[in-house]
Amino acid sequence: MHELSITHNIVSIVSEQAGNKQVCRILLEIGKLSAVMPDAIRFCFDVCSKNTPLEHAILQIHEVPGLARCLDCGNEFEIELLFGRCQCGSNRIQCIAGEEMKIKEMEII
Amino acid sequence: MCTTCGCSDNAKTTVTDMQTGKTVEIAHNHNHEHSHDHDHQHQHGDEHTHEHHHAHALHSHLHSSIHGTTVSLEADILEKNNRLAERNRGWFEGRNILALNLVSSPGSGKTTLLERTIIDLKEQVSINVIEGDQETINDAERIKNTGCKVIQINTGTGCHLESDMLARGLKDLNPPLDSVVMIENVGNLVCPALFDLGEYCKVAILSVTEGEDKPIKYPHMFQASQVMILNKIDLLPYLNFDVETCISYAKTVNPDIKIFQVSATTGDGMIDWYNWLKQQINFNPKTIQTKSAQPTLHRAT
Repeated sequence: MHELSITHNIVSIVSEQAGNKQVCRILLEIGKLSAVMPDAIRFCFDVCSKNTPLEHAILQIHEVPGLARCLDCGNEFEIELLFGRCQCGSNRIQCIAGEEMKIKEMEII
Repeated sequence: MCTTCGCSDNAKTTVTDMQTGKTVEIAHNHNHEHSHDHDHQHQHGDEHTHEHHHAHALHSHLHSSIHGTTVSLEADILEKNNRLAERNRGWFEGRNILALNLVSSPGSGKTTLLERTIIDLKEQVSINVIEGDQETINDAERIKNTGCKVIQINTGTGCHLESDMLARGLKDLNPPLDSVVMIENVGNLVCPALFDLGEYCKVAILSVTEGEDKPIKYPHMFQASQVMILNKIDLLPYLNFDVETCISYAKTVNPDIKIFQVSATTGDGMIDWYNWLKQQINFNPKTIQTKSAQPTLHRAT
């Protein structure tokens, strides 16, 4: 959802950084638990990047798997949902990776 | 156009001051700051006439193994919204205002809950309201009838409030020091979870006419909320809604979530919600009722 609004933010931030340079590639880091669908971002990107320095830029998305830490025993384990249970039985877990929504880098020419 | 939720960049966001009836359109933060006017037009008659010169130039760059310069950005995509949200948070703190962001799916009874809360606490707490809806000022009219100040933000096709919209609404609302601002977000259990507005906390409202598995279906929202209000409990005898299951789902997603079971229509259970609300405010609620009395401020002198 809301990927259009998010893609607009991406284009706006990168354009600002690129100044009047042309951007040929950007790399995003999107967590698998971030509620943002990479395919929807790709879909919106073509539309949002029109008439900006990002037009025709290659969009790379690195998806980060979910990782949680148990607040009771400290164990770290992979998660596919935002909630879950640690081996120790506790459901007090903290998501430590997988919610990223970042622009890692851009390549300018 | 957002393919899933209908959010559009052409959304016309408006702010309506219910006190004056004035409506203004606000420029949303989706505007592009860089208008590039590189002239990449080909001359007619050029041997390589084609429409995608821009793309072609880019490809030739890539294929000629002259790589561009990679610049590390490490930028948070929602940074702009988050930065403005922090400003709003400071704005609230400076005025000693408790701001709550009420989130739910459409039809959960947010407005009814707000109406009742405002009326029941009228003598104790000063509450003002920011109403968020895609269209109409109906909810704001209802809130206005309780006698409190209300600003309606219409997001057009937008599916959530963002911090810049709230900042604009607050200017018109101009809430007094030592008060409570209730922000009724657009009815949507997905997008508002991601957009911080600068509130003290989110309060999720779930009604028993919905499925009891909503907390695990929309975990982002219930994880982002400190409180869950289970509304319309007066209807439980007529429904197959398992309260215990619902609560266990909510606790699975967010073990620390506070849960109140209420009926905003009959008033059942509302007292617990009021007590929680009064515990959160950083001023003596009773001092609000007499206008001449100086509120007890927690300020260093």
